[in-house]
Amino acid sequence: MAEATVKKHGPDLSAAVKDALLSGLIALGLFGPLVGLRTEQNIRNELVVQGRWGLLASVIAVIIVGRFLLLTLVWPAMAARKERVTPAEAPSPVRQTLSRWFAPASLIFLFLYPAIVVSLLGFQGSLKWVDNFGIQILIYVMLGWGLNIVVGLAGLLDLGYVAFYAVGAYSYALLSTHFGFSFWILLPMAGIFAALWGIMLGFPVLRLRGDYLAIVTLAFGEIIRLVLINWRDLTNGSSGISSIPKITLFGIKFDASPTGFAKMMDLPVSSAYYKIFLYYLILLLALLTAFVTIRLRKLPVGRAWEALREDEIACRSLGINTTNTKLTAFALGAMFAGFAGSFFAARQGFVSPESFTFMESAIIVAIVVLGGMGSMVGVALAAVAMIGGTELLRELAFLKTIFGDNFNPDQFRMLIFGLAMVGIMIWKPRGFVSSRQPTIFLAEKKAIAGTLVKEGHG
Amino acid sequence: MSETLTLSRGAPLSWETNPVLQVEHVFMRFGGLIAVNDLSFSVGRGDITALIGPNGAGKTTVFNCITGFYKPTQGMLRLQHAAGSTFLLERMPDFRISAKAKVARTFQNIRLFSGMTVLENLLVAQHNTLMVASGMTVLGVLGLPGYRNAEKRAIEKAKYWLEKTGLTLRADDPAGDLPYGAQRRLEIARAMCTEPELLCLDEPAAGLNPRESAELNALLLGIRETEKTSILLIEHDMSVVMEISDHVIVLEYGTKIADGTPTEVRNDPRVIAAYLGVDDEEIDLVEETLDEITEGTAT
Repeated sequence: MAEATVKKHGPDLSAAVKDALLSGLIALGLFGPLVGLRTEQNIRNELVVQGRWGLLASVIAVIIVGRFLLLTLVWPAMAARKERVTPAEAPSPVRQTLSRWFAPASLIFLFLYPAIVVSLLGFQGSLKWVDNFGIQILIYVMLGWGLNIVVGLAGLLDLGYVAFYAVGAYSYALLSTHFGFSFWILLPMAGIFAALWGIMLGFPVLRLRGDYLAIVTLAFGEIIRLVLINWRDLTNGSSGISSIPKITLFGIKFDASPTGFAKMMDLPVSSAYYKIFLYYLILLLALLTAFVTIRLRKLPVGRAWEALREDEIACRSLGINTTNTKLTAFALGAMFAGFAGSFFAARQGFVSPESFTFMESAIIVAIVVLGGMGSMVGVALAAVAMIGGTELLRELAFLKTIFGDNFNPDQFRMLIFGLAMVGIMIWKPRGFVSSRQPTIFLAEKKAIAGTLVKEGHG
Repeated sequence: MSETLTLSRGAPLSWETNPVLQVEHVFMRFGGLIAVNDLSFSVGRGDITALIGPNGAGKTTVFNCITGFYKPTQGMLRLQHAAGSTFLLERMPDFRISAKAKVARTFQNIRLFSGMTVLENLLVAQHNTLMVASGMTVLGVLGLPGYRNAEKRAIEKAKYWLEKTGLTLRADDPAGDLPYGAQRRLEIARAMCTEPELLCLDEPAAGLNPRESAELNALLLGIRETEKTSILLIEHDMSVVMEISDHVIVLEYGTKIADGTPTEVRNDPRVIAAYLGVDDEEIDLVEETLDEITEGTAT
């Protein structure tokens, strides 16, 4: 009722006041017993009702004022904005150039990033920024791009993606500690093992779609984790595998030994070189993932994945073997997770089942969904926002100056993060980059609006 | 039934002598429901054959059996290529029917890849050819020229069909953005890109205005003329059925009630009864004439 008046005549003050007071009344009814009354035990073990009238009054005041402001300022402004926006407006030239140059510019930035950080903060100061931010984010960018093949392109919702990451990590951890193989041999092997597991998961779930597929993949992820915990002879259970060999650069180790990198290059000993080396390694691995995905999208198999996401029955009517198409998507996605996993094991020097919980899968799926399914740039942006954002929120210590020393900002990290996610999904319901770029064109390349692109149903 | 009709006419019919598809005693049961009951008919090579009948007569079920989306409970579906090879469709999985036996189909409720462009839709239809050309993806990832040439040829074929269906100007638009009639035409173009021996169209004229139906007729006649593709279509729009088809099969409750040229079928009292219904007092009369016909043809 009140909203309708607002839309027609702009803010109607008396109606708004009435509405706000009514909201206050409802709030009084709701919060009166909940907030206003509190029972406490006194010394004689009796329950005593105490009134918290001040708190109650402030809650109700906030609601009345908030409702009033919503009615008079916020909603009219939003309605006016909605009217102003004309549909099908062509993007401004500034925005077009921005989107064209964004990917190459960020690529150059990524290659220069360690140099920038080192020149600003010195080798020791750069450790946190290269390791916690750079490497960590890039691992998730790579995982996001790998899962993007399965979820974003083929439209198969996989909630157990972290299982393949675990397979890659444990392949490297076990084979390098037991047999002493080098990282460069085990990297492709970890990828192949993970791809095999991808096919093994793929076969039984081929007939499943949508929610059912999601549940089975989730269970698969849990099975792998539980096997890792319980197969103590092989995996050392939940204590994990430690002292995993580090990666070498053509046999050059990154340590303080005379044959180590620092001595050979005549540089002061620092762990930063190894971190910077790892940074470039994961950057190249992630770019390999991107390169292969971009290439595959333009090949028949990639188009078949997208067609599968759009309509599986139509695919079969055109002679596409949907079984093989799904399996290749699962296998390729798993392979990139395997690469990332072996890198993760080498970087940490320690793996345990703790690192491969469902939460990890959920974060990777969230990155793909938040980025906009199928979009490479979107997924990378989402990884930066999700991983970099949560890392940045660790730096909330300044809040102590506002709220006093008893305030623990760490407790609010995930709360703020969750709020931000909800906000983004309201603002951009189909992710950061919702439009789809066609893989081929005759005359003119036009982005396809996200509303037309299907999300896949398994 | 078809045998009896043939006998009554004396000379064998074209679709009996040179069939592209022979459906023999096909049954399709869903639990207790018999959707297709002992159905036999032939689709002549190079003919436009129409499968008609009231709603729920089992036409789409027959289509789904031919294209492999259902396995018939019983019966045989034999497809014969002009080159001579024979395929038993009831034994093949659906995607192989399209890939190997070369039967393409469209759907009653249009099934395009709506988030992909018109051109991409036509390239997906050439998946198997392109897949071989890309060396099962391996050579394609390396960017070898063999695949690029194959893709160029695929684009040329797509252009040809875009031209034929009048969609050239919309080639780079998403398929979901096209108007309804254009979506129908695109679905036919996409099916034709698989180079089918038999094209099955499930209600291609549904939802089209008279001008669009006329264009559709021209398109289908053109396909028969230049591509020599045999066409089997389900249709309710009699202007399409009677104008372009060479052979009409009428189904009712899963059983064939008539089979012949459009003129024969149009004058068949059973067909008239099935489509228009009869008054209560006329039932006896109609049944009498029907009995006479069956007796007359049987003897």
